[in-house]
This record gives sequence, structure tokens and C-alpha cells, in this order.
Amino acid sequence: MSDNRLSVFKTYKLYVGGKFPRSESGRVYEVTDSKGKWLANAPQSSRKDARDAVVAARKAFGGWSGATAYNRGQVLYRVAEMLEGRKDQFVREVADAEGLSKSKAAAVVDAAIDRWVWYAGWTDKIGQVVGGANPVAGPFFNLSTPEPTGVVAVLAPQESSFLGLVSVIAPVIATGNTAVVIASADSPLPALSLGEVLATSDLPGGVVNVLSGRTAEIATPLASHQDVNAIDLTGADTGLAKELEIAAADNLKRVLRPQPVDGAADWTADPGTHRLTAFLETKTVWHPTGALGVSGSSY
Amino acid sequence: MPTTAPAFSDATASDSALRRFLHGLPGVDAVGLEARAASLGTRSIKTTAKAYAIDLAISMIDLTTLEGADTPGKVRALAAKAVNPDPTDRTTPRTAAVCVYPDMAATAVAALAGSGVKVASVATAFPAGRAALDVKLADVRDAVAAGSDEIDMVIDRGAFLSGRYLKVYEEILAVKAECARADGPDARLKVIFETGELSTYDNIRRASWLGMLAGADFIKTSTGKVGTNATPANTLLMLEAVRDFRAQTGVQIGVKPAGGIRTSKDAIKFLVLVNETAGEDWLDNHWFRFGASSLLNDLLMQRQKLSTGRYSGPDYVTVD
Repeated sequence: MSDNRLSVFKTYKLYVGGKFPRSESGRVYEVTDSKGKWLANAPQSSRKDARDAVVAARKAFGGWSGATAYNRGQVLYRVAEMLEGRKDQFVREVADAEGLSKSKAAAVVDAAIDRWVWYAGWTDKIGQVVGGANPVAGPFFNLSTPEPTGVVAVLAPQESSFLGLVSVIAPVIATGNTAVVIASADSPLPALSLGEVLATSDLPGGVVNVLSGRTAEIATPLASHQDVNAIDLTGADTGLAKELEIAAADNLKRVLRPQPVDGAADWTADPGTHRLTAFLETKTVWHPTGALGVSGSSY
Repeated sequence: MPTTAPAFSDATASDSALRRFLHGLPGVDAVGLEARAASLGTRSIKTTAKAYAIDLAISMIDLTTLEGADTPGKVRALAAKAVNPDPTDRTTPRTAAVCVYPDMAATAVAALAGSGVKVASVATAFPAGRAALDVKLADVRDAVAAGSDEIDMVIDRGAFLSGRYLKVYEEILAVKAECARADGPDARLKVIFETGELSTYDNIRRASWLGMLAGADFIKTSTGKVGTNATPANTLLMLEAVRDFRAQTGVQIGVKPAGGIRTSKDAIKFLVLVNETAGEDWLDNHWFRFGASSLLNDLLMQRQKLSTGRYSGPDYVTVD
């Protein structure tokens, strides 16, 4: 009798502040697979959705950045566990979105989950790699520690709807930032499903907020938003990236320009740590040792 | 002693007459009241109307700090903010007043001298009001002597809830008498009902009339120290009371919702209530106030958004 069963279509929704709202504007747009066949309607976010997402991300920042690195690593690993459990769904969505065969899509999803685990491992190691004691000519301990930049707007890559997405979100939140993510405009479904995974992974609401819609419409208010501390322009084309970078200059946002390697869409390569360090600030503390210094002279 | 409006002098002749009058007020249609308040909250206020509403709301704020940890420094900082809410934009209006505890009133008066921003002081054993009448009156005397322009008193909710209306009435009269000043204008008296403790809308209506009969210059929802503070519904009810009171006596009385109003959107909803219920005469900081602290920052951020076109953030307003 299964042929007579009515279809149960999924309503894709945004993921903001740990909840699943529709767009404030009430708009949706049609999402098709790589051959133009209708898949679902996705919410078309407005600037007010972007504003609400920033409020949620700001609210979550204190708790997430204040959590221990070990705890963040545990939570991120938990996300990978949840992804593993819903692998079939992601394989289907990635195959549809990117026109891949099932086996190729499965390889992409595996790579994405592995990437997530890899970044989860970095949470309590990045401090030793980019921080540490500095040699200074004076009777001081001089210590540098990396600290998260704050709320980061992330324009996810347009082509790689899942591996690319994971590769831009995970490094941002691993170091304690919170993120407002603009999903790939044409293939937002894996990103919106990722929101459902994050909601069930001990990740506090608001740490990652996922918006779908027209990239420029959402990115423009985020780039000029005074309460956004950094913006990752990976998903912007050259013209848009330039425009956003100009808008971002107003409050001295940290800007990560689209990387040449990303343009080649080679998300399978070793990512290195540049995405982790792109959204870190260095805090340096001078602490008197009480000694006279190495030479015993006065300073 | 100030006297009751002549139209109601018989209502306050005795405890039983007062009870008869207050219990003779029509009952409140709770469902209708809440629906009316909610429907007025759906108005969309945009562009120039929004800019006007934001400036009006800023000019109506009683910028409040009522903490055990208040210091003279904090009061001075708040006073500076009241005079100049947004130092990056000198067109921003000043707030109506600064609201502090009586022992900080002198500090606030000194800091605000000549600015036109008033000093409001809570008194009468705020927020509980559980003290002997002498103590409450001494509290008011102190605040008036320190130069407060306005006194925010709390009613004795215990007496009110147990039906001793005349006691509440006489207490308000006594406090009003202490607000008189021989050498200048009297302090204006705001009467706080603590609506969250009055249990029913009928009680809020009765308290409003009781306060107005006793000569309140303002009726105020709450102290901000209990779970339920100003809501659109209870403020709407009090606005109806002042509207009806003016229609019957010709005496205009102000309204001050306080506590829990944090966003510009909330504040604008209240302004819509004022305009649609009491009318334009109340759209002035002489007749309507917001008791708030964090609201001001949100209004300033919205103001910056309107003038620059980009969203502002908490880094661009002061930390109070």
C-alpha cells in the first residue's frame, strides 16, 4: 500500500538562537537540485532576520567563549556524533544539491564529518600553538593568549554545500566565536539540516545561526552591523566581496577575503590552521617577576 | 491639606463610603482589556513616525537606578547620561528625570542643576512600604529637603488588599502634604500601586481611583522589584482611569509604567496606548513617563540605526 501513502514534505526553517523560526518576512524561495527539479521551499531571510541572528549570537558569546576549551571540544565532537547518525539524510541532500552520485556524496559527507572531528580536536590546542610566553628584555613574564574575536558573519561557500560549509563554521566556533552563517543561496538544504543537528548536540542556542536566502541581501546589513566583529567573505563573488569589505571597514571588522584555494572549490585539501587563527585576537599580559632582570641592571 | 476634587468629596467621607465608591466602579472586562492592549500593540510605526516616537520616548524616561550598590559616582554618571544620552549626537533629547533613592537625591540634584532634568526620589520605605507612617513621612521629608522635584511613593498593599481603603487614602494625603514646599514648587507625587501584587484588574482600577482621589499627580504601575511589572494591559487600564477622571473632574493626572520595558518596540507600543486611550494631551513628559534604565540604550541604538542606516550595537552606548 506504500504507493498510496501521502508524501510528507519537510518544511525547512532557519536556525536562530536555538530555535527554528520562519523568515520574519514570511518569504520562501524554491530550491532545486542540480538538474532544476524542485526539492523544497527554503526561507528567504530578510535584513531583520540577520539582525535577530546577531542578537542571538551576541547573547550566546559570553557563555560559549567562557566555556573551557576542553568543554567546547566535547560539544563539537558530539556534533560529529550526531552528524554520523544522520548521515543518510546528508548524503541525499548533498547528492541532490551538487549532482553527485550516492557514493561520491557519501565520501563528501564522510570528509565533512572527519573535518568536524579534526576541528573539535583543535579547541584545546590552538592556545599552545599561537600563544605562549614571549622573551622580553625586562623583569617580566610576558604571556600571549589567543581570544575569540566575537560575533562572526560567515558567508558559506556557494558550491560546496556541506563540506565547504562545515569547513567554514567549525573553525569559527572551535575557538569560541559565535557565528551567523549565510547558507549557499542555491543549495541551502544541507545547511538548514545542519541546524537541526546542532540543536540536538549540546551546542548552546545562538552559537551558530543559519540563514538562507539571497546572499547579498543578508550579507549587506551584516557587513555594516556595528555589533558584528568579523566577516568571512568566502561565499561572496568578487564584486560583492569588495562592497562588503568597504562596509565592514566602518567598525574595523576583521575580514577574511575569499581564499584562492576556495575558488578552486578544493575543500578536500588539508585546511591548515589559517581559518582558526583568522578570527582570534591576541591578548598579551605583562607580569612583573620581582627579579632584577637577567643582567641585574636597572631598567 | 490638599482636598479631593469636589465631584467626589462624598466618596471619601468615611471608610464605608470609600469602599462603596470603589466597589461601585464597573468591573474590568479582563479578556477585552488584554485583547485591546494586544491589538494596539500591532501597529506598525515606521520612518518619520518612528523617529518622532523614539525621541518622545527618550524625553519621557525616568532614568532609574535603585540598587543597594548605588554610589554617588554611579548617580553622577547616570545624571550625565540623562543630560546627554548620546554624546555622538547632540540632537538627542534629554530624559525627563533621574530616579534614585532619597539618600542619593542631593547628589543627583547637584549633578543636574540647571539642566532641566528633574530629580525623582522614591520614598516611603520603597519598595515594600512596610514601615510605620512616621518613618515613611520622614523618608519623604528627607527627599523633599534634598531638593527632589518628584516623589515616588508606594501604597500600603497590605492595607489595600485587606480592604482598609481609608488608611491607604489618608496615607497618600499625608505624603502629599509632605511634598509641599514653602520656598518653591511642590514636589509632584507619583503613587506606585505595585500592580503585580494587586492580583486583579478590578483592584488596579480601584487603586487608580483611590490614588487620584487622594491627590496623586501621577499614578505608577510598579516598583520594578517584583516579578510582574508594567504590562500593556495594566497600563491601558490606568490610562482609562486618568481619562475618565479628567472627564469628570477636569483634573489631569499622569501615568508612569515602570519595570520590564526594555526595547524600543515595547516603548512605542505604550505610546500607541497613550495616544489611543488618554489622547494626545498625555503625549508629553509632564503627563507620561517610563520608569526604565536599559530601555534608554535600546532607544539610542534604534536612533543611531535611523540616522546612519546601519545596525548599532551595545559597544556604542554606555554600560550602566
